[in-house]
Amino acid sequence: MSDPADAGTPDAGRSPAPTTTPSPTDTSTPGDDWRGVAAEDVEDPEGQASLRLERRSRRLLGELIRPRRGPVALALLLTVLQNASYLAGPLLVAGAIDVGLPAALDGRPEPLLWFVLGYAGAAIVSAVLQFAFITLSGRLGQDVLLELRQRLFRHAQRLSVSFHEGYTSGRLISRMTSDMESLDRLLAEGLDGLFTSLLSMIGIAALLLWMDAPLALIMLAALVPLVLVAGWFRSRSRSAYRRTRSSMANVITHLVETMNGVRAVQAYRREHRNDEIMGEASGEFRRANKRALDVLAVFVGATRSLGNLNLVVVLAVGGWWVADGRLELGVLTAFLLYLRRFYEPLDRLAMVLDSYTGAAAALEKISGVLAEAPHVAEPSEPVRLVSSRGDVRFEGVEFGYGEDRPPVLPRFDLEVPAGQTVALVGATGAGKSTLAKLLARFYDPSAGRVTLDGVDLRDLADEDLRTAVSMVTQESFLFSGSIADNIRLGRPEATDEEVVAAARAVGAHPFVTSLPDGYRTEVHKRGGRLSAGQRQLIAFARAFLAAPAVLVLDEATSSLDLPAEQAVQRALETVLRGRTAVIIAHRLSTVLIADRVLVMDGGRIVEDGPPAELIGSAGGRFHALHEAWRDSLV
Amino acid sequence: MDTDTDTAAPANTADPTRPDLPGGHPSELSSPPPRGETAARRSATRALLRLSPYAGTVRTPLVTATLLALLAVLAGLAMPLAIGAAIDGPVAERDLAGLGWMAGLVLLLGLVESGLHLARRRIMSGPTTAVEARMRQDLFHHLQRLPVAFHDRWPSGQLLSRAVNDLSTIRRFFAFTSVFLVVNTITILVGLAILFSISPVLALIMVVIGIPTALITLRVEFRYNSESRLAQDQQGDLATTFEESVLGVRVLKSLGRGRHLARHFAAQARQLRGTELRKIHLLGWVWMWIMVLPEIGVAAMIAYGGYGVATGTMTVGSLVAAITILAYLRFPIDSMGWLFSEANETATASDRYWEVRDSLREIEDPAEPADLPRPVRGELRFEDVRFRYSGSGGAEERAGDDEVLRGVDLTLVPGETMALVGATGCGKTTLTALASRLADPTGGRITLDGVDLRDLRLADLRTAVTTAFEDPVLFSASVRENVRLGAPDATEEEVVAALRVAHALDFVSALPWGLDTRIGEQGLSLSGGQRQRLALARAVVARPAVLVLDDPLSALDVHTEAEVEAALRRVLSGVTSLLVAHRPSTVRLADRVALLEGGRVTAVGTHHELLASEPGYRALLATPDDEDGRDGVAEPAGNEVSSR
Ligand SMILES: Nc1ncnc2c1ncn2[C@@H]1O[C@H](COP(=O)(O)OP(=O)(O)OP(=O)(O)O)[C@@H](O)[C@H]1O
Ligand SMILES: Nc1ncnc2c1ncn2[C@@H]1O[C@H](COP(=O)(O)OP(=O)(O)OP(=O)(O)O)[C@@H](O)[C@H]1O
Ligand SMILES: [Mg+2]
Ligand SMILES: [Mg+2]
Repeated sequence: MSDPADAGTPDAGRSPAPTTTPSPTDTSTPGDDWRGVAAEDVEDPEGQASLRLERRSRRLLGELIRPRRGPVALALLLTVLQNASYLAGPLLVAGAIDVGLPAALDGRPEPLLWFVLGYAGAAIVSAVLQFAFITLSGRLGQDVLLELRQRLFRHAQRLSVSFHEGYTSGRLISRMTSDMESLDRLLAEGLDGLFTSLLSMIGIAALLLWMDAPLALIMLAALVPLVLVAGWFRSRSRSAYRRTRSSMANVITHLVETMNGVRAVQAYRREHRNDEIMGEASGEFRRANKRALDVLAVFVGATRSLGNLNLVVVLAVGGWWVADGRLELGVLTAFLLYLRRFYEPLDRLAMVLDSYTGAAAALEKISGVLAEAPHVAEPSEPVRLVSSRGDVRFEGVEFGYGEDRPPVLPRFDLEVPAGQTVALVGATGAGKSTLAKLLARFYDPSAGRVTLDGVDLRDLADEDLRTAVSMVTQESFLFSGSIADNIRLGRPEATDEEVVAAARAVGAHPFVTSLPDGYRTEVHKRGGRLSAGQRQLIAFARAFLAAPAVLVLDEATSSLDLPAEQAVQRALETVLRGRTAVIIAHRLSTVLIADRVLVMDGGRIVEDGPPAELIGSAGGRFHALHEAWRDSLV
Repeated sequence: MDTDTDTAAPANTADPTRPDLPGGHPSELSSPPPRGETAARRSATRALLRLSPYAGTVRTPLVTATLLALLAVLAGLAMPLAIGAAIDGPVAERDLAGLGWMAGLVLLLGLVESGLHLARRRIMSGPTTAVEARMRQDLFHHLQRLPVAFHDRWPSGQLLSRAVNDLSTIRRFFAFTSVFLVVNTITILVGLAILFSISPVLALIMVVIGIPTALITLRVEFRYNSESRLAQDQQGDLATTFEESVLGVRVLKSLGRGRHLARHFAAQARQLRGTELRKIHLLGWVWMWIMVLPEIGVAAMIAYGGYGVATGTMTVGSLVAAITILAYLRFPIDSMGWLFSEANETATASDRYWEVRDSLREIEDPAEPADLPRPVRGELRFEDVRFRYSGSGGAEERAGDDEVLRGVDLTLVPGETMALVGATGCGKTTLTALASRLADPTGGRITLDGVDLRDLRLADLRTAVTTAFEDPVLFSASVRENVRLGAPDATEEEVVAALRVAHALDFVSALPWGLDTRIGEQGLSLSGGQRQRLALARAVVARPAVLVLDDPLSALDVHTEAEVEAALRRVLSGVTSLLVAHRPSTVRLADRVALLEGGRVTAVGTHHELLASEPGYRALLATPDDEDGRDGVAEPAGNEVSSR
């Protein structure tokens, strides 16, 4: 039991470290085993954590609203006024009937006319105020959304690569899209409904208390069960809405992934299976949503029943009191009329509460992302690096993806003096890209430090670090937009000439100019308009334009044909003069231009020296590699 | 107000807030997804009518719900009448027993009212969420079968916003908006009828007031429609930008361009905010008129009624009755503003939804599919195959010089391995995509065992031909599921054997949960070579008759490459395979090599034959050592179009 001798076999691996036992909550749908096991399955858990979640999202809400206190107060004032003028309507009608009509019958039409004009005036004022309120509160809501969207975007960019790996893009996208939509709904409908309903209820309650306190107390007593029902509703619909949020995230993840991998989907006839999976994800969302709607139905039904019941009680008790002579008939009549009005906005309030619960669930998720601290954080007091020489050092560095997994890079030291070109070779999975990513600070080492010009990367401002170190990643990701846009991402302020010069240097210019729109050609989603090699050239030109002190190339030429690759190599020889470079390549032709070769195996640097020397040392790994490579060329 | 109907111009074209950053990401400049300009001119009603096939599935509950809502409204209206009767009768007469009865009646009405509302919501919750799920499923189903060309052009953010936001708008339309549009209209009409029975002139006043209300509403509807279309499109753009920023986070980090893109995103988000504000403004405007005009009508009625009472043509009682009725109509009338906006958003959502659903699938099963001979021999023949990417660019497109493939003739004998060699961007991947009909040739034909691919069922074809793509796309699923993608029935042994061929078994077993490990989204938590080997395993596990491998070893080191080659050689014997290759080492796997140049296969032969006879081939595949002193040949490739 205690002997993990066969830790390498799949079966032994199946019992993972206890800390990361995958929670069944996210993966328990039947037929879900295709999804496989991963450590990140634990979503924000239910139960005890719920309070914390709520507090977190309330704090976020507070942060968003606080700077807008002024407009919020103004909006409140507007509704108060609007409601006042709205409520004036019935009074004026009553006046017209009670005062105006008798006067008119007496042959004096002026009072009636005044009431009529007053009525119309009140209506106009109320409508104009309503307009002002809608636009103001709409602006408020949109401002809040705008800020939240921007925050989420910026924060997502700040978060470390390891966060993105665990969280997955689909979930992040659903935070930005469907969760934001929930909030939008609350802001669009909720504010209006909430203010108006509450105000009119408070107003009427005050009026009733003034008219007849005992009867009003009877009526207000009915609020107790109402509050209880509302509490029931909140807790039920909260859990339903939470489920809608996570199941919608699953829908979105599946959709995005399918659309991005549609070639493979079609070529491998994956459509049916995907339909099924979508059916499941979408069905889960549907069930959760239906649940929320059903809970809402019960809630609305219950509040209405309570309101109506209350009406009956007041009618019965009031009628009895009238019969007893304890109450005026007129008061009871007015009371009943107002009581009905009191309960009218309750429906709307229920809807507001409903949007609120939905939005709260969404806000929980959003605030969850925002509360995520970047693991690879920018220092609070960065060391400035004006112009980097490009002196790179790894000092006692150790690194592994996740604590429970064996380290990918066991402890090592490495020094790359400024201006040196280092080639990194080794078997796939040896850890070459990982080393490069440490240098580009995608991750921080779990022990030791990586320094640039003697400064720990963790102490450098992001800006300086990125100006000094650029990396062409193994997967050449292009953004939609034109070719020029994509190259210019390396240095946004570059002129057109500089863009062309960069493309020329890596040998992309001829093919770009052969395209109908040249540099303005749209590359489509992920660069689908271009061939794989062309994409690599563009990605390369992009890093080239950035002209960093340290350039990291991770198999930047793997999809190129030999002549193109040689052109790139020639370009490199000039470009790399005076720069530090780390080049990862499997094609040793690229490696031969390096000053120094590092051979990696199982995360360790096993050979280190100038290429010619290593080739010469028979029995060495690089020697063997080189032999094999030469053989492969024939 | 300030703008005219031309605001319906395509999204973002004239946008002052666009950052003047040259490197901005004008995902909006790529025009493919149709923008609202045409949609706005279509009528909202027509757009809503397009939902009828789905509305049909919820017809019964919809009608029931409408009836229930109507009844509930009636019960609601009856309650004050009963209360009034109770006050005038038993209470005024101090008749406690009678009061009890009346209270019971009110209670009954109240319970009926709330019960009906509850029932209505309950009845609708199931069917409407089902319609939403169904529409999403149909959309997804359709999307998966649309050609790759469609997906290259449509940013997934746009598809996403349709599948999520638009569908939830449509669900709400079925659940509430449509019901209350009907119920409120009926209530208002009934109210008017009662009003008419009391006094035709009073009713007439309301009708006259209704005319400007309707006109204003219609006028704004048009603009609102185009704004809401714009907003929905902008939401899609925003989703797209965000998606790209997340998927491309490594690039953005490595170049330090997160802030740059954040500015672009902020500009887009501000645009969306602007559109939303214009919408809110329009809505507020309509709402204002919808609120104020009926009130003016009421004022006019009181004035007229008062005059009537004074002159004796009307009784006080009927005036009071008329006013009471109007008080009841107040809520239905007011809520029309909100219903109006919802209905318009639904119309837009429906337009956007059907835009995608109306896109042609293009590549589909033939009407009368032919059968492949069994067993499939695997003779793949390209006959004068031409291919042009549609809409690939600018004005020169029609010049005819933009064909990627210009008459490819190539025959793969059953069981042979044919390497396809050509410069970067010469059309190798394009050619391989044709073999499994991810696209159809624009000229000529491709046959498998003598049958035109277009006469085959897609499922048959794609079972017979599998492809390992140059970008190894892995899905967030277990390793096993990823490998079994094309062969869901593959046994554990077959999966393991395929992994062994791809030399992937070692690292897979070292994963924390072995074959059950979920590999991250797009396999990014594996190394490049590991991903490529899984994609290779996926292609071989299905034991296809024709195997297409697009540069399958590019990310492997020399040793691993040699081992995979040795294993592949065993697998490839007996299987027809087309192997795109950039390196001599990969070419060695092949029996014959075809050289693709200028959109044609210009030579076929063994590696050594071609090296000897074809200068173009030599330029592509000769070793650098042979290359010394021949620098002129090494002009980078990819310019095949211009060079010809
Ligand atoms: N994000 C990650 N999370 C977990 N494990 C990872 C991650 N990235 C890489 N690994 C693992 O770390 C090891 C080293 O990967 P790395 O990408 O550094 O290899 P490499 O030397 O670049 O290989 P290749 O030549 O195939 O690109 C591999 O076993 C890989 O599976
Ligand atoms: N979706 C597209 N729309 C328009 N043109 C395209 C599209 N995809 C590719 N092309 C163009 O067609 C040509 C052939 O592309 P293809 O991907 O077939 O090249 P390839 O031979 O596979 O190149 P590589 O060796 O770089 O992978 C290229 O010039 C490319 O720019
Ligand atoms: Mg790598
Ligand atoms: Mg290709």
